[in-house]
Formats: sequence, C-alpha cells, structure tokens
Amino acid sequence: MKTNEKNKAVIEDTRESVSFGTRDKDFSKEPLCLSGRGVTRVFQTGKVTTVAVDHVDFDFHKGELISIVGESGSGKTTLSKMLLGLLEPTDGEIMFQGKPRDISTGAKKREYWKGIQAIFQDPFSSYNVFHKIDSVLLDCIDMRGGRNLPKEKKIEMMTEACSFVNLKFAELTNKYPFELSGGQMQRLMIARIFLLKPNILLADEPTSMIDACSRATILDMLLKLRDETGMTVIFITHDIGLAYYISDSVYIMEHGKFVESGKPDKVMLEPEAAYTKRLISDVPKIHEPWDLSTVDLLNYQS
Amino acid sequence: MAKKMLEVHELTTKYITRQGEDVYSVDHVSLDIEEGKSLGIAGESGCGKSTLALSLMGYYFPPLHYTSGEIIIDGKNISGMDPDVVRKTVLGSEVAYIPQAAMNALNPTRKVGKFIEDVIEAHELPMDKKQIREMAEQRFAKLGLPVEALDKYSVELSGGMRQRVVIAISTILSPKVLIADEPSSALDVTSQKMVIKMMKDMLANGMVKSMIFITHELPLLYNVTDDIMVMYAGQIVERGTAHEMVFDPIHPYSRGLMRSILVPEEGTRDVKLTAIPGTPPNLKHPPAGCRFADRCRYATPACKVQQPPLFDIGGGRTYRCSFSVDQLKEVYAHEDE
Repeated sequence: MKTNEKNKAVIEDTRESVSFGTRDKDFSKEPLCLSGRGVTRVFQTGKVTTVAVDHVDFDFHKGELISIVGESGSGKTTLSKMLLGLLEPTDGEIMFQGKPRDISTGAKKREYWKGIQAIFQDPFSSYNVFHKIDSVLLDCIDMRGGRNLPKEKKIEMMTEACSFVNLKFAELTNKYPFELSGGQMQRLMIARIFLLKPNILLADEPTSMIDACSRATILDMLLKLRDETGMTVIFITHDIGLAYYISDSVYIMEHGKFVESGKPDKVMLEPEAAYTKRLISDVPKIHEPWDLSTVDLLNYQS
Repeated sequence: MAKKMLEVHELTTKYITRQGEDVYSVDHVSLDIEEGKSLGIAGESGCGKSTLALSLMGYYFPPLHYTSGEIIIDGKNISGMDPDVVRKTVLGSEVAYIPQAAMNALNPTRKVGKFIEDVIEAHELPMDKKQIREMAEQRFAKLGLPVEALDKYSVELSGGMRQRVVIAISTILSPKVLIADEPSSALDVTSQKMVIKMMKDMLANGMVKSMIFITHELPLLYNVTDDIMVMYAGQIVERGTAHEMVFDPIHPYSRGLMRSILVPEEGTRDVKLTAIPGTPPNLKHPPAGCRFADRCRYATPACKVQQPPLFDIGGGRTYRCSFSVDQLKEVYAHEDE
C-alpha cells in the first residue's frame, strides 16, 4: 500500500470530523443564560382556544447545547418565537442572563437581539433577494458597532468570517445569496453568527433541508463556533439521532409541554415518559431492529 | 431463480439545458430487481437519484431525454417507446411513481374516490362506477386505510394519511415496479413508520411486485430495502445487501455516507462524525477520471485521469474504484485504530 503511505499527509489535511471539547461537561454550574418559568402561549381564534405552549420551565446555561425535540404541532416553533422575542408569552416569565427580559420597546428589542440570533430551516427564504452578500455581512458588522471602521478592516472581518465556514469572500463579493447552493447559504448564515457573536444562537432545524453529508459540516461549524465564543446553542429539531449526538441536554416536547428532559444518554436510551418511548421506537435504527408490528394502521388517530 | 421484475441495461439519459448543453445525469446505469424484492438508492442531493427514478418510468419530457440503454419490465422492453403509449400502457399498470411531495398532488376540490375512477378511466378498463368503488374499498381495507377516506377531500386528511392515500391510489392497478422517491421525508417519525409499514405490506402481499426506494436517510433505507445501491454523479458506485452496505462499505464514498449516520443508539455519541469535503462535480463538464477523485482522501494522480470500471465481486456486490477490496479494507482498518 505504497500509495496510501504517500497520501497520508493529504489525508490528514482534508479530514473534517466533528469535534467536542465539552462532551461530558457539567453545565449546571455555569451561569444561567436564558430561563423560563411557566411560559405559556395561547392562541385564540373566535371561540377556539389553542394552547400551543403550556407552562414550560427551562434553564439554559452558558455554553450549553440544548435540543428541543418534538413532532410537528408540538409547539416547538411557538416556543422558539417566544425565545426570540417575536411573540409575547400570554403567561409566565422569561429571564435573560438572570434578569427578567424586557423587550417592551423597539430599542430594547434590538438590544436583546444583539444577544440572541437565529438560523432558520429554509436558507432559501432567509435572505432578502435584493441584498448582496456583502451587505448581509456589513449589516452584522454595523450591528456590532463597527459602522465607522475603515473599509479594509471590514473586508478583513468579512473574509475571516467566510473562511471560518470554508467559503471564500473574494468569490462571494458582489454576488447575491440565491447564487449559492443550499449548504453554502446555510454556511453563510453561520458566518453571520460568527460576526455577530451572540450569547445565544437559536437554530431551528438548520440541517433538515440539506443532506446527511453536508449536515456533518454544518454541525462541525456550529460546534467550533460554540467552543470559540462560549455561546449557548438551542437546537430545535425533530431529528432524534442528531439531537442525541450533539446535545448536552435534551427537552422532549409534546402538546406544548416538556414531557421529559435531561442528559441525552438518559432521555434517549432510558426514556421514562410514554411519549418519549414511542418517539424513540419510531426512529429507524441500525443496530436494533425497527419493530413495524407496533404500528396499528387502522386505529391510529392523528 | 426468482423472476426478474425490472432489468435495466446501461441506461443513459440526459438533460438538455437552455444553452443547448448535454448533462448526462444517468450514466450507463444497470440494475435488476427480482420479484418481491426492494432496492434502495442512496446518495447526496444532486447525485442523480431522482433523475434515475424519472428515467426508469420510461416517460420522458423535456428537458429530460432518453439517450441509450434498455428498461425491461417483467420481460417487456419499454425503452424508446412513445411517451403517449407509455402513459397509457406502462404508467400505473406496470410502473407507479411516488414523488416526495405526492401528498400535495391531490386536487382539493375532488373526493379521494374520484381519483381512483380517474386512474381506471385513463387506462380504459371496462369497469363501471360500482365495480370501481368495490375494488377501491377492498384495497383500502386491505391496506389498513379507513374506507370513509374515499368520500373525503384531501384537505380533510392528515399529512401521513394523505401520503398513504396517494400511495394506495397510484398502486391500485398492482404495478410490477413501485418507485418511491423520498416518500416519507416530509412526515414526522410516527407517520413515516406507518407509510413504511404499508409499503412493506404491499410488497409482501404482491400488490406491488418490486420496489425502488430513494432516500438520503440511510437508517431508514437499511430498515426498508433488501439491497442498497449508492449513486454518485450519475453513476453507480456500489451495490450490495443493506447489511453489507451499512456495516461493510467498500467504496470510499459509500463509507463517507455511512459515517454520517446518526441514530439514537448506544455508542452513537462516541462515533466520530466525518464529513466528505467538497460538493459533487458539475456534470456539464464531468471529470475525466474517477468522478469522486476530487473529494476522495485516497485518490492518487492516476485516479484523476482514468475512470475505474464497475467491478463485480460476486454475490450481487459491485463497486467502482481502482483500488482492490483488500487494499481499501486495509486502509479502513488502519484508520479505525
């Protein structure tokens, strides 16, 4: 195998594997970043009342990677909108860095958004099609108070951000986001986060529109960013395998409530709640058999 | 030896772009499926999985064009047939196709039962409405679908139910081959499991005689199909049984894919997740040598010049790489240490 000996150096260089600096760290000693008590959201349409999020409590610590797992309709997205401050809770309280969150005015909201940023599921609709990539990134620099920096410095920052996500700024400048592929757009989103360096990143299904191979790359970049900046990452996902792999703690959501939460090893491998048990058993696996006989086609009510 | 339901020999199809360039997105693909068996097709987005599915139906419309090769369904060669003839005599009765967004294909102003009448009418079968209704009710009951669904509009059904109804409608004529392109990826895990159970039941009961299942979700493929075939840049790079492909892949690309699997099982958290760097090549100008060479960690200068053939190593196992199986296994073993 002479050829392989020769190529060994090259092999090491091109290898991209997801790294964990904090796999078994105990985050409960870290300061609280975002927490909620009795957070509730009720939607009212005429006489119909829908409780989308029903009195949930949570404590997210600094640098922790949290996954909120649930099926469609479980209230994940409503909760994430409340965390982002796009929706007001109808009841309960959200605390940001230990203090009650105040986003009553536009200026306070903008201040809050310097601390919390989001990556959404669909990179194709995350960008304004009339804005070039340069202006997307320049906005981020401006928001961090870099409006008056010299142009060279700004370009240097943008180049650094792009190279962090394996994109070349020189090739992107003067282009529009729609000229990129889905995976590249999602990486550009992470480049934005790199410039903004928020305390909290909320990622709502960031990898569900891209295939399994690029998924590893995106995850790697998010983890690298977390390790570098110590930000808290909140993953909203229905991909249970992914949540198990990546998280420091997992919250399982059903009908607006957290039915189970804790360390992934405990929640995913020894689930206690009936809902979690069913959810885990419905995921196709490769070492354990996937039991199709539990499916009762006729008596299933959705 | 079991009867072959689908045989494909060296099928090549191309897209003609608006600039008049040829893009060969299915390039000399050969495969076969025996009666009662299923074949999974895996690969990244843009590898030609969906184009292969479209090409296998024999129903071509621009920009997709047939170039060469043969598609034989249960002994009947359908390649090069007129699209209109294909639509009347092949689609639905010989081959059924379920695209990813199939559940949105139902016209919301018509009841589910009407679509079944449409299928029968389109094939000019001598059945009256009562007979059609009887047949539909029988089929729905067999598949575990509520018979009342026939009198409902598609919007009254949940997503998972709608997808199962679409599958039931498109296979009402018991086709020889069912081609399902990501039939469950828009659904949550519970609905997905029901769709899969129904499809497996259909195959076991002979309501479809063979199945091709396309997805990039490998744990799902592993649990659904007998064999798995990996495609890359329009070509087959490896084929084997589902177990062989997941636990013992030969081709570096298959191995890369299998290493991206994430399942909620003990041990997953200790595995190093490895990404394949780069993106698939642009097929407008395919590389001269091995198509995977640019992204392959083991590629030698020779790989970039010479295209490796598809080697058959027996037992239905094929792979496309210049290295021998022993050479590759040795490197893999070395890496895993």
